[in-house]
Amino acid sequence: MFYNGVQRMIELKNISKTYGKGEKAITAIKEVNITINDGEIFGIIGLSGAGKSTLVRCINFLERPTTGDVIIDGKNLGQLSTKELLEARRNIGMIFQGFNLLEQRTVLKNVCFPLEIAGVKKADAEKRARELLQLVSLAEKEKSYPSQLSGGQKQRVAIARALAANPKYLLCDEATSALDPDTTRSILELMKKINKELGITIVVITHEMSIIDSICDRVAVLDKSVVAEMGDVKTVFANPQSDIAKKLVLPEVKAAAEITEGKKVRIVFNGESSGKPVLAAIILECGAAVNILHADTKDIDGKAYGQLIIQIPFESYDRVKAYLDANSIEYSELN
Amino acid sequence: MKIMSDLLSQLIEKGVLQKGIWETVYLTFVSAFFSYIIGLPIGILLHVTGSDGIKPIPWLNKVLGFIVNIFRSIPFVILMVAMLPVAKFVVGTSLGNKAMIVTLIIAAAPYVARMVESSIKEVDKGVIEAAQSMGTSNFKIIWKVLIPESKPSLIVGAVISLVTILGYSAMAGTIGGGGLGTIAINYGYQRFNNDIIWVCVVLTIIIVQLIQELGMMLAHKTDKRINK
Repeated sequence: MFYNGVQRMIELKNISKTYGKGEKAITAIKEVNITINDGEIFGIIGLSGAGKSTLVRCINFLERPTTGDVIIDGKNLGQLSTKELLEARRNIGMIFQGFNLLEQRTVLKNVCFPLEIAGVKKADAEKRARELLQLVSLAEKEKSYPSQLSGGQKQRVAIARALAANPKYLLCDEATSALDPDTTRSILELMKKINKELGITIVVITHEMSIIDSICDRVAVLDKSVVAEMGDVKTVFANPQSDIAKKLVLPEVKAAAEITEGKKVRIVFNGESSGKPVLAAIILECGAAVNILHADTKDIDGKAYGQLIIQIPFESYDRVKAYLDANSIEYSELN
Repeated sequence: MKIMSDLLSQLIEKGVLQKGIWETVYLTFVSAFFSYIIGLPIGILLHVTGSDGIKPIPWLNKVLGFIVNIFRSIPFVILMVAMLPVAKFVVGTSLGNKAMIVTLIIAAAPYVARMVESSIKEVDKGVIEAAQSMGTSNFKIIWKVLIPESKPSLIVGAVISLVTILGYSAMAGTIGGGGLGTIAINYGYQRFNNDIIWVCVVLTIIIVQLIQELGMMLAHKTDKRINK
């Protein structure tokens, strides 16, 4: 979308970040080119040490790229003065794995913090903070201190705080990595809600494919400082090309390698209705004695995301295949 | 048998001992106050300009660290005597409590600076990063993040500094200042009245205990990290 004649988006142009000099130099990211469009949820995935944390910090210049340009809504961050950069950052909220709340401030005062920095009057700041606490369903906790909250609640406060100054972008650095699966799911749902209702563009950094699969529209797979693969999550998830994407997407089914009787098939769920009993249908309608080798699915807002690896006896394989094709269920054969 | 020596009863009657208590407290708190006025900004600068601070300035950090170390490595008795000309320049005299306060400040400010530096170091880097991500200037990070977040630890540091300064203040007698230390030396040690020495010791212990207990209570009360 265009605002005041400028297309709103994040452009990372050929950015590299190197720490140290000479022989001791360590390259964290190398010649990364990514364009993140207005309104999307963009995922950046990689194993630890791939450079994803550095990459996300380059977006708001917490880390200054050694070379390359970061352009946000047409503004090149590298050409801004310190003051302009501080102002530009207010347009980019950020949340972290460790929540990073101010421990000596109440929940309300934490959410007020970015408004205080921006010079908003106290009464107005508190009013806005209360609205945001409502949004993250923590209105009753405004007088609590962070130490009195659970991990999920802390992350909700952090999200409210990140949104207080009305940013157009939200960066999430492993925001759910310290949370249990239930809490993770509720935080992911909240992120989706923020994206949909407030139209905020979200960048998600994670090492878990299931998170990318659950909420992201597009994904960049980072491996050893470079982008190994990039595209729609559906495409990458269903049909990973690079070795690293395969490693992240396909679960290890080593034990299954010993079982040779039958075909192994991977079924991908990409937001189909979670009410559809796919597996039962295969068993009942095709009369196949299906064996589950791996299952990792999530229900987000009534839609199924994830994957299932099943083993089908050779004699019933054709029937199953026909069923999957007929119902346009995404699948692939594994060897 | 008399419980107190004549001299001790005289000291109490004439209010010398009471004045000594007041002088010790006064020397300690006034010196501590000014030591913080100087030491707090230096301590903050030591951290902020350090290699993992929010604004690394290696040369400034080295120079400050070097000066602080020099003052901290000189034993107080020697530093006190050496700084008398400075005292004369600042308060117009190199004798008495006023001069003592000046030398106490010179000795304690570098100590305070290191205490402040170590307290501020405890602030979680992630919290500072979060503040930076919200477009907070370095000055506001110091004012709104580093100091408030390390407040309980700063109070604990202040308690330790106060007790150290109180210990230094006992040497005020050397340059004609007052306080319990002076009374213990002049009336106790030099005139062989052990009971006076012990009374001064006990009074000093009580003052230290009070500072310690009240300070720790305050630190605990301000700390919001503890579930109550």
